[in-house]
Amino acid sequence: MLADKDRIFTNIYGHHDWGLQGALKRGSWDGTKTILDAGRDWIIEHMKASGLRGRGGAGFPTGLKWSFMPKNNDGRPHYLVVNADESEPGTCKDREILRHDPHHLVEGCLIAGFAMGAHAAYIYVRGEFIRERENLQAAVDQAYEARLIGKNNVHGWDFDVFVHHGAGAYICGEETALLESLEGKKGQPRLKPPFPANVGLYGCPTTVNNVESIAVAPTILRRGAAWFSSIGRPNNVGTKLYGISGHVNTPCVVEEAMGIPFKELIEKHGGGIRGGWDNLLAIIPGGASCPIIPADQCDDLIMDFDGCRAVKSSFGTAGVLVMDKSTDVVKAIARISYFFRHESCGQCTPCREGTGWMWRVLDRMVEGRAQKREIDLLLQVTTQVEGHTICALGDAAAWPVQGLIRHFRPEIEKRIDQYAANPHSDPVPVAAE
Amino acid sequence: MSVRRLAPKEVQPESFAFTAENLDWAEKTIAKYPAGRQASAVIPLLMRAQEQAGGWVSEPAMRYVGDMLGMAPIRVYEVATFYTQFQLNPVGAKAHIQVCGTTPCMLRGAGDLIKVCQRRIHEEPFHVSENGALSWEEVECAGTCVNAPMVQVWKDVYEDLTPEDLEKILDAFERGEHPAPGPQNGRVTSAPVTGLRVLTSPELFDGSMVGQGAGLALAREAIAARANGDAAPSAPPPAAAAAAPPAPPKSDPAPAAPPPAKAVEAAGNADSEKPKKPVAPPPGGKAD
Repeated sequence: MLADKDRIFTNIYGHHDWGLQGALKRGSWDGTKTILDAGRDWIIEHMKASGLRGRGGAGFPTGLKWSFMPKNNDGRPHYLVVNADESEPGTCKDREILRHDPHHLVEGCLIAGFAMGAHAAYIYVRGEFIRERENLQAAVDQAYEARLIGKNNVHGWDFDVFVHHGAGAYICGEETALLESLEGKKGQPRLKPPFPANVGLYGCPTTVNNVESIAVAPTILRRGAAWFSSIGRPNNVGTKLYGISGHVNTPCVVEEAMGIPFKELIEKHGGGIRGGWDNLLAIIPGGASCPIIPADQCDDLIMDFDGCRAVKSSFGTAGVLVMDKSTDVVKAIARISYFFRHESCGQCTPCREGTGWMWRVLDRMVEGRAQKREIDLLLQVTTQVEGHTICALGDAAAWPVQGLIRHFRPEIEKRIDQYAANPHSDPVPVAAE
Repeated sequence: MSVRRLAPKEVQPESFAFTAENLDWAEKTIAKYPAGRQASAVIPLLMRAQEQAGGWVSEPAMRYVGDMLGMAPIRVYEVATFYTQFQLNPVGAKAHIQVCGTTPCMLRGAGDLIKVCQRRIHEEPFHVSENGALSWEEVECAGTCVNAPMVQVWKDVYEDLTPEDLEKILDAFERGEHPAPGPQNGRVTSAPVTGLRVLTSPELFDGSMVGQGAGLALAREAIAARANGDAAPSAPPPAAAAAAPPAPPKSDPAPAAPPPAKAVEAAGNADSEKPKKPVAPPPGGKAD
């Protein structure tokens, strides 16, 4: 288990003062000026050396992303945008940073902003996180008051932090949709290229980072890249906030080392599976878009990017959803399909029509009201959605369905057989939408 | 996608205007965005308008916000119908219950919460109860999955619910009270219900984490090396950098020893006398 002294978010449960005084005592804003004085290149080099991979789900190296910003200013301002639009079912880690450790994020904004030549950061918080936003805004105000940020601050780099919010659209977690939303439009993703590092917010160079990626940066630079990269496995280093939800005895958010075995994570922090380890049916390792992993592959599962990829799933945001044997797995995935249908922005036809189509078929399969050949048809349709849309929401909608068919096809077939043997007396007509 | 339409004409109010307090707030909000980019404030302003109007956004409110931001009405309608947090029809006067029904909550019993809402409020979502006090809807993931199942009412979330808890919360709102938000099963935020398993070391909280950075020592080395005219030693740090750093040099604005609050203050004062420029990053041409 990760030692307490190696945890970055030491107030994750809010037992202590989340304000500036508490944060200073826990080590935030310690030597920030020294870090900035070491220079932009030094910061980016050390972020690269730390091996930090973006914590928003895709796992792109954070230091590399920062280095994509133009080195020389062409007259357009540079922007840092922090993606706090955490909305994927199963993921609720950034919420704890926003409400209980907000100074990590504010300090991270300053350092990241400096490293990419930005004088302003916008933090886009999802609309539902209202109390969280209030705490974050209070932390920003405290930082202004203590002249840690703002014009002529003690760090010598003019920097503004603005807290912005959305209004309930999951798609705004996609970086270009977020930028559209921040510009006051519908959150529909942009075609890339141009990438935000060249044409982002208001047409200016912009980097969009996840809350956790930014919030860990000050501690990494303070304690050294070598410290961070010594935790975990190669290519999957550092600490990570895990959210354990579903059928465990004590669901919780916890900061642990990357590469912790799934079993250890659940036994030590989740309090074990409800009804014991043998009662495990399957897990979704990193938020609803990640394919399901059946119990027999969970025994040796390593919780990091490569570990989850080895079982054809994805680490995502490390929001682990545990399902025990009481779960109606088809219904669980059908509900995820409904989620994606609801959250599709409607821009690309394969996603707009496909997400609804997949949900309607799956919804029938929950009862078994389907033909067995439709399973293959459904699988084929997922591949027609996947990779054929502007953003990754189409992929995200397709993967859980593919995972279900890959691992639970016999369950779907069993229901179809049961339904065929004992049909509903009054078939429900389903109209296309 | 969901089809969302504005409320019928009969329910739309005649007009809408911000209160003086909200107007003041709106001006400050618009100032957060660069000149000419005031449209960025449309979501915050609509949200404030919804709050002021008792939980829903009317068509006059959209036009009012559009006028304020120099946006065509259709651009504001677009935003209001796209983002599902905007209620386009009147909601319960005392509470609008948003039940999360997505898989993590569903697995832990959100279905039973929805049944409570159907029985107590209305069979269908988005219908106001007979006494006009309550309404409900099923929302997509509200982001408190480890505290499932949950409902959100106005600005607060009620977590770790049982159907009985929800009944009590509905009772309280009907009486015009504001029940205490957060987990309803006695746990503290997102910590395990059985108590803390981690973050129990007192030294995390007594100030002894301040000034412990091996990375800061490297940063000082880099600064010193540059001052001496060396090539910036920004090679990846050595693996054996775990040793505690030496006492910070006097020029460090955030020394480890004094209480941190004072350190900030002192640094602030020092800075106000003579604003320092940031050390410019070394010119390009450095080998990777």
